[in-house]
Amino acid sequence: MTLLYLSQLNVFHGANHAVRDLDLQVEQGEIVGLIGANGAGKSTTMMSIMGAVKPRSGAVVFDGQNITGLPPEQILQKGIAPVMEGRRIFPSLTVGENLRMGAATVSDKSLVAADIERWCDFFPILRERYDRPAGNLSGGQQQMLAVARALMSRPRLLLMDEPSLGLAPLLVTEIFKLISEMRALGMTVLLVEQNVRMTLNIADRAYLLNLGRVEFSGTPDQIRSEADIERTYLGGGQVQKPSATPTAS
Amino acid sequence: MGSISDFVQYLVSSLSVGGLYALMALGLVIVYGISQLVNFAYGELIMVAGYGLLIFGRSWLPWVIVAIMSVICAVIVALGMDQIAFRPVRNASPTTMLITSFAVSTLLQSVALLLISPRPRAPRLPSIFVQSAEIAGIRVKVVDVVALVVSIVALTALQLFLRKTIVGLSLRAAADDFTMTRLVGVNANKVIATAFAISGLLAGIVALFWIGRIGQVLPTVGFQPVLIAFIASVVGGLSSIKGAVLGGYILGFLTIGLQTWLPQDVNAYRDAIMFAIVIVMLLVRPEGLIKPAFSRETR
Repeated sequence: MTLLYLSQLNVFHGANHAVRDLDLQVEQGEIVGLIGANGAGKSTTMMSIMGAVKPRSGAVVFDGQNITGLPPEQILQKGIAPVMEGRRIFPSLTVGENLRMGAATVSDKSLVAADIERWCDFFPILRERYDRPAGNLSGGQQQMLAVARALMSRPRLLLMDEPSLGLAPLLVTEIFKLISEMRALGMTVLLVEQNVRMTLNIADRAYLLNLGRVEFSGTPDQIRSEADIERTYLGGGQVQKPSATPTAS
Repeated sequence: MGSISDFVQYLVSSLSVGGLYALMALGLVIVYGISQLVNFAYGELIMVAGYGLLIFGRSWLPWVIVAIMSVICAVIVALGMDQIAFRPVRNASPTTMLITSFAVSTLLQSVALLLISPRPRAPRLPSIFVQSAEIAGIRVKVVDVVALVVSIVALTALQLFLRKTIVGLSLRAAADDFTMTRLVGVNANKVIATAFAISGLLAGIVALFWIGRIGQVLPTVGFQPVLIAFIASVVGGLSSIKGAVLGGYILGFLTIGLQTWLPQDVNAYRDAIMFAIVIVMLLVRPEGLIKPAFSRETR
């Protein structure tokens, strides 16, 4: 069953045509990678799904419903939860309060309490730091909190934007392991990443974006063998390597 | 005995005035934290509640009812400000919002001037505002004790609201990262409206005691309170709720302290001395006494 469907999506940032005629499909239960260089349009695609950016034309269809142009709060209620680039946890709120904020759209209090238990079991560090300000967590711990917070809204689709960015190499492996574990939980994941190698290791399918267009799509094996990953990864026009320095805060 | 009783009087007065200043400062900070708007029309909310006391006070209604109705008026006007004046400039620069707040302030003052009177009017006030009481042999003003209790109750209630309810958590989350708060499904307009409503509620509560103390209401009555609120929140740290409360109490202790212990002939320079102290504090700690533990997300 198709859970998310983008059809002929066009998005502009001012005069910059950031996403061009993008078609994309995510099936229920899949982990789909959206890979490409800096400025390829990955994050813009993500923002248009979330309703944070309005597409010029085209449609975003989720679970058979057209959700193009809806405000972010309504899109979340439809069952799409974002894990934003840079984690974006609420630093002055405690870990527990961050989790409760993730469930802002869930009205059943016992359900919220049960979910908090569930994700604290899944991420024991969150239970350990439950009453501390989230800003005091390390980068990797903040990423876990960001994922747990997104899961608190009981989404059907998790949108993850560059979850490995700025993390130390050891933590990057850990985060990708965590994402592949989402599959076992029955979660569907659309993963935006610059780390092509790791993404292809865990994804069912991937879309390779270059300058706002889908350059190639298919299974990781197809992409590895057929597409000139190196060229597209570095970008056709803008050659800009992703920062390799881990700046785990 | 005399000096102990003086000291207790000083303590009660300072805590009562400081509590009110803290409430005033909170009314500014709660809106600033979310929208980066220093709402200088905040003083006019106090004016609105003051005229509420005057107008509803002419009826046969008991004063408590009159007071509640006046506070509600301040809340309604605060919500109206948000809807009509500030929502259209929400994504504009802080300067634009600041100028909008001056415009709202002037507009509301002019309305009061035209519809009511440019001259001070005295609303009906209950006798507690002039009574004194003797507690354990020490004479204190009843209104000071009431203000002290009311401010502590209000501060505690607000603290519980911000810590325990999802709306309160949303307010704090929005002060951290407004966009992300929307992305977890919180309605942006509702959060901002809540902040304005709380601002109006605090202004209304403060107005009861402020107007009660000076005994009259006039169109410019809100100027001094908004100035005090601004100074208190700047001293404490404009983006910190704790800072606003601390700044309010410091200013309260300073004001009453200077009033009590300054020699008679220097008393005219009380405000000048207080501002000098405030300037020194800001030179030492320009970001206020309590700076936010985590820098704000700018994205």
